[in-house]
This record gives sequence, structure tokens and C-alpha cells, in this order.
Amino acid sequence: MARFLTADAFEMPEMEPALLPFRFERQQGGYLISNMVGDFVTLTHDEFSRLTDLQLSAGDDLYEKAYAAHLITRKGQHAQHQLLALRLRSRMAFLRQVTPLHLFVVTLRCEHSCPYCQVSRQSTDRSRYDMSEDTAQRALKIAFESPSSRIKIEFQGGEPLLNFALIEKIVLAAKRAAPATGKKIDFVIASNLALLTKDHLTFCKSHNVLLSTSLDGPADLHNKNRPRPGGNSHELAVKGIKRAQEALGADRVGALMTTTESSLGRISEIIDEYLRLGLDGIFLRPLSPYGFAVKTKQFHRYDAKRWLDFYARGLRYILDINKAGRHFPEFYSALILRRMLTDRPTGYVDLRSPAGIGLGALVYNYDGRVFASDEGRMLAEMGDNTFELGHVDTASYRSLILSDKLVDLVASSLTQCAPECSDCVFEPHCGSDPVYHHATQRDPLGIKPLSEFCARQKGILGLLLDILEHSPEDAAILRRWGGM
Amino acid sequence: MLPLNGMATATRGFDSQEPRQVFRLRSPKDSPEQLTDVALIRLPDDFDEAVSAGFGQAIVIGDSTDPAPQALPRVIQLPNKFNYLSNGDILGFHPGSKRLRTLYRRASAHNSFLVTERCNHYCLMCSQPPRDVDDSWILQEIRDALPLVDKQTRSLGFTGGEPLLDWREFIGVLCHCRDLLPQTAIHVLSNGRAFASTEVVAAWEGVRHPNLTVGIPIYSAVDTVHDYVVQAKGALDETVLGILKLKDKGQRVEVRVVLHAITAPRVVATCRWLARNLPFVDHVALMGLENTGFAIANDEVLWIDPMDYRVQLAEAVDLLVGSKVRVSVYNLPRCVLARSVWPYAAQSISDWKNGFVADCDRCDEKPRCSGFFTTGRPRYSRGIQPIMNTPQRSN
Repeated sequence: MARFLTADAFEMPEMEPALLPFRFERQQGGYLISNMVGDFVTLTHDEFSRLTDLQLSAGDDLYEKAYAAHLITRKGQHAQHQLLALRLRSRMAFLRQVTPLHLFVVTLRCEHSCPYCQVSRQSTDRSRYDMSEDTAQRALKIAFESPSSRIKIEFQGGEPLLNFALIEKIVLAAKRAAPATGKKIDFVIASNLALLTKDHLTFCKSHNVLLSTSLDGPADLHNKNRPRPGGNSHELAVKGIKRAQEALGADRVGALMTTTESSLGRISEIIDEYLRLGLDGIFLRPLSPYGFAVKTKQFHRYDAKRWLDFYARGLRYILDINKAGRHFPEFYSALILRRMLTDRPTGYVDLRSPAGIGLGALVYNYDGRVFASDEGRMLAEMGDNTFELGHVDTASYRSLILSDKLVDLVASSLTQCAPECSDCVFEPHCGSDPVYHHATQRDPLGIKPLSEFCARQKGILGLLLDILEHSPEDAAILRRWGGM
Repeated sequence: MLPLNGMATATRGFDSQEPRQVFRLRSPKDSPEQLTDVALIRLPDDFDEAVSAGFGQAIVIGDSTDPAPQALPRVIQLPNKFNYLSNGDILGFHPGSKRLRTLYRRASAHNSFLVTERCNHYCLMCSQPPRDVDDSWILQEIRDALPLVDKQTRSLGFTGGEPLLDWREFIGVLCHCRDLLPQTAIHVLSNGRAFASTEVVAAWEGVRHPNLTVGIPIYSAVDTVHDYVVQAKGALDETVLGILKLKDKGQRVEVRVVLHAITAPRVVATCRWLARNLPFVDHVALMGLENTGFAIANDEVLWIDPMDYRVQLAEAVDLLVGSKVRVSVYNLPRCVLARSVWPYAAQSISDWKNGFVADCDRCDEKPRCSGFFTTGRPRYSRGIQPIMNTPQRSN
């Protein structure tokens, strides 16, 4: 029998170790490291300097940790690189579905007058603020030109139910056109539901149209945030949700909340309201710096720090609900957790790099102008046309997507090579938001230390990481949300 | 333990210069369908039946004497320990040495062919220590045996050595399996390194077998640890590349982790790495050690009581399940496993080398338990004890 070699014979000094790319951040007591695909490891100060000096060898524990985490490879090896390449490819695979989302602003009119609203008009002038059928048909043609095998058409407003006749026409036209293109189409209407009728529901039911609405919390808060004649926005929204749940099914209606300053102290009541209505989770959303939110100075009422405090309290409350046995995710955490815990691609338009403008979504405004994102058209309502890509009368999908304007905006906002982002330990789980940074800093890239977007992202990622590391029971819930 | 290898006590009508041959056993009442069919004779009366059924050759178990020797020209006499043989089984016989091997047992769910004894690994715990000999005759024997295998056979294994050392030959065998046994799942045990070659993966994919899986060991996420266990430098790198190339072509891959004192303490890290880096493999098998072959020689570096990694194993299983990776635990009796692991614990030990200890008779879980290997020098965990399920209270 041949002799066996001992473990130290496999230290293989002839195959020099080499560093692979990684990102790091100093933390209390050491360093937080993330590899190219966002796996996290923590190292002590000493381990970190030994790693960067490549003063490690088999059996010293650091070598094993660094090798398993793809922080190092060896001369002559290929598998470490191949695994990273494969995983990166999977994470970026959202790029294969180009422009899956198409927003149709069928009217700008709305019977609400929310001070944080991004865009709407209280008007009865249909000719001025409604999308024409001709514009809609041209927009639909562009939507079908996008290479995605599955597209979602979302009807926006204003209050889209005020132009429901056009919605019906678009849905029917899209369904007629779909088979020839081989595309699958999903439909969703973003509505306050105040004007929801039985006919609307019948149509939605027979054409498989989803509803998405706004619910800011209990009645007094919701009505304060969302004034309408009669002061009954909450009552009508709740009624609408229940009717939609009954007619379409509980999973066919969702709600979004917007956080105003008045919401900050009332997180548990807000969440309770969502639970009471049998909604399947909640998306805790901060205010955006667009539309009336800026004009009415809503946006500046709270900063990232206050937002994060609100978010953390909310998350803790939601985790307790889950621990008590009810599956009820916070959707933004779920999205980020999916990226932290798996390599499945997530193309969420507001959190990806290359940015989701145009590549993730196109917006067809009521007047035929095409924008790179919903927020982009809101800026246009304030007189800033940076994200206007063209007009349905003259544009094709190609001309919009390959326009110098869009290419420049996307190229100049890549987190992979942006200052502060490219070496941020959270980069693999973050994204670029050129509209936000343009709106707040007049620059699509933005100076990240001054960016509240950046502060919120880092705060939420840090919070989630802390729970995953230190609270096993909560971590199990987070892993479930992440689809693990 | 069933003896699969042995020597004929006597033969008649065989020339010691004859090449190796393969026989299919038939009941003496059946009539022979092909030249390779032999009557299986246990009782004196069977001789007459075999002759009248038209057999020209027979395997005789025990010492029944042939009443009319001239009627059956070719006879191989086997010792009583081969009494387990039955209708449909296949034997390989070498007339020169009178050695024979049971290649296939129709009633067994654990049939596997050894393809070669040669290997480019020299694993510390190898249960089938490699030998550097020219044993290419084995592939011919397999080719001869495959047409005799019952078409209803549910699964068939190929093992080694490293079956892909002569990969062109072996791919040819897989093509035979595809054509002759289209209903039979094929499971190949390989160290996976051959698949680092695109050419080999293309040939493997080219077989287009409807149900072909390759089981490939990964003992650690760390090159030095894996390479030490398999005693081959550069092994992990090639094995991982091989798995990636196979999965890139949509081939079925099972990852196997044998648990011993080098691999078991780090099984959580290994499985976390598998879940993050290879979540697309079709199955992960976490396997208790078979204390035979090299494992006996390396007992000092390999032995760990499964009780000492019971908690880690439970965590590793939990982690893989949570990541939606299919996982099984092989070769470990239930009494040494955490209850959370039971649903994943399989009765994995091949029937011919599977056994239990006396205490097991009092155990309620025995019908679902893997039991033990009877091969080599079995070592028993301090955790072995009968499990008594508490009787249900009626109120």
C-alpha cells in the first residue's frame, strides 16, 4: 500500500495565492467584507491585514475562510473565477428581460388632492389631461417592440379609473396583438379605488387585471395624507380593497403606503391596518422628491435618520407578527434579502445597476411624451425634461432605448464604477437611482455621502445584516422572505 | 454480508484457456433463450429438468451430484455461500482461475458494476482501494452482461476506481444502457475531474440518456482540505469545473460528502458553500463513513463518533433544505441523528452489506433505519441505542 501524504503536503506553496476582488468596510472590532457577488464575511483587524498581505496558509483558519468566501484563489486555478462569473451572470440576468414594464398615464385628472402627490390635476377637462386613443395605440406598438418575453402594462394617473374606457381599449388591443408576438402580458391598474364600480371589477376579473392601491394607515392619517371632497378617501379605499378581494381574489389586489411626517409615530397602527384588511404584506416607502411633495415641502419634513428609525421600528413590529405565526413580509426587505441570500436576478426598477430607467420601464404620458421612468415624468411636470426620451408620434422602441440621452444617463450612473459605490461593501445588493440624484443634486450619479438614498440603503442593509447575524429566530423569518 | 466474489469448487467441460464469460441464471424449468443462459441447480432433481428443458450448461450450488454427467456438458459447482443466487442473476466467470463474481442480482435494488480499479485519486477513506492494473477486460464483461440485465431493472450503478479514466469506452457502455435498458436509471460514481474537459462533457451529454446521474464527491469548499482527503493536488479545482460544465449542459449531478474527522467538523461551512455556489445540483448526499479499505488504515485521522457531529449535521441539512437543495443523509442509523434529520435519512446501504446490531431488534425505527455496514471493521457510535416511540395516550 502506497504511503498517504499528510495534510501539510497539500499546502501547495508552488501555487501562490492571489486576491480576488472584494469590498470592505471598517466596523466596530474589525471589517465587514463582501465578495464580488455579495457574500458577507467579517474579519478581525489582524485577519484583514494578513489577508491583504497574503500572509495566510492552509490550516490557519483564515485561509479556509478566505478561500470558501472567494476572497482568494491560487495561481493556476480556474474554479474560483468560474464560480464568481457564473453567479454574477445569474445576478445580472435581469438584463436579458429588457423593458418588461410599460406605464400608461391614461389621465392626469384625479379627484384627490394629496399634498405629497407626484402629479395630478383636479380638472374636468378631458381633452387636455386624458390620453387619446391614438396615443395609446402608438404607445402599445412601442411596448410590443421591447424584447422582453413577458411585459407588464400598468395604468397610472392621475386616477386611471377616470379614463376607464381607454383602459378597456388598451387591454383588448394588447390581448389581440399578443399571440402574434409570443409575449405574455400582465395588467395592473394603480388606483385610489374611490371610484371603483362593479363594471370595473367585472372587466378586471374577465381580463385578469390586478389592482394596486394606496393605503397610508388608519382613517385619520390616511385622510389627512389623501384629501378628497367628502374627506372619505380611507373609507372608499378600504371598501374598494374588500370588494376587489372578494371579486378578484385576495392576491389580486395590493396596497402601497407613503410615509409622511405624520406617519412616523404611528408605524404599528399602519401595519395593523394592513393586517386588518387581510393584505399579504406591506411595503414601507419613504416620500420621493418629486411633484407636489417638493412644492408643498412635504419631502423635507424628515431625513434619512428619522426614516430609518421608523423603518427599524416597523420591521421589528412586523417580525413579531411573523413570529406569532402569520406570514406577513415587508416587501422592500424581502427584495433586498433575495439579493443577499440568493443569486436569482431581481430587476426591481429602482434598485439595479445598470439603472432601471428605460431598460426596466418606459412611461407613456397622457400627452404622448415618453419618459424613462415614472419619476422622470413627474420631474417634467415641474418643468425638468431630463428624462423625456421622445414622443410616441415619432419614436420607436429602438430610438428611445438607444437615444444618446438614455445611454448617457445609464452609463453615468453605474454603481459598479461610481465613486463611493464601486468600493461600497453593499454595492452587490444596491442600485443606481439617476432620477433621484438628478432631482436632489442635479447629477444622475450624485455625491453619495450627501445622498439620502444612499443613507437609507446603507441603513436598511446594515439593519438586515445585523438581524441575520445576531438574531437567529428573526433571521429564519428573513430567510423565508428572501425566498430561501 | 453476501459474498459477491468467490471460486468454483469444481468445473466440468471448461478449458482453462477459454476467455472470461458471462452467464445468466435461469430456473431449470425455463428453457434457455440464449447461449449465455445456464440452469441454476440446487437439488438433484433439477439436473433432469435442466436437461429436458434443453440446457447445455449449469451452475450447481452445493454438492448435489449429477446423476447423468454426459447430459450436461458444462457445469460450474459453487460453494453453499452462493445460495442467494436466483433466476435472472448474472455471473462473470474466468475459467482459467475458476474465479467468479456476481455481477447483477435481479431481486436487488442495489446493483452496481465496478468499471475499473484504477483511479487518479487515493482517498484516505476509500472503500475500494485503487490498484494500478490493466483491467480493461472489466469493460468487456460489462458490455457482455448488459444485454442480460432484466429490462424492468429500476436502477443500475457504475463505480470504480474512476469510471471515466477510459472515458470513450465508458461512454460507449452508457450508450448500451440507453439502448438496452431505456427504463433503467443509471447512477455513476465519479470524482468529476474528467468533466473539466469540454470534450468529455460533450460526449456525456451526447449519450442523451433519459435518466443518467453522476455522483461527484466534494469534501470541502477549500482546495487544500479536499485535495488532502482525495490525496491529489489540484483535484477540487477540476472537480468544481467539471460540475459547472455538466450543469451548463443540463446534466444531472449529485454531490456527495463523506463525513469523517476531516470533513464532518466543517460540514456546515461546506453545505453553506454548496447552497450559495452550487444550488443547482440535483441532490446532495451527506454520507456516513464505511469503515473498510483505506478507512481502516487511516482510522486515526478519520474516525469521529457521529454523535460528535450530530448537531453540525442537523444544521447543514437545515441549511440545504432552506435553500431548496434536495438533500439526503446516507449510511447513518437514526439513533445517532437529530430528529430533524430523520425525514432526510435514507436506507442507503446496499442490501448485500447491510446489517443491524442486537439492540436494533427492540428499536421502533428499525424498519426505516439505514442500519450499518457489515464490511471491513465496523465501528459503532456510543449513541447507538434502540428508539422507543412513546405510545400514544388515548385521552
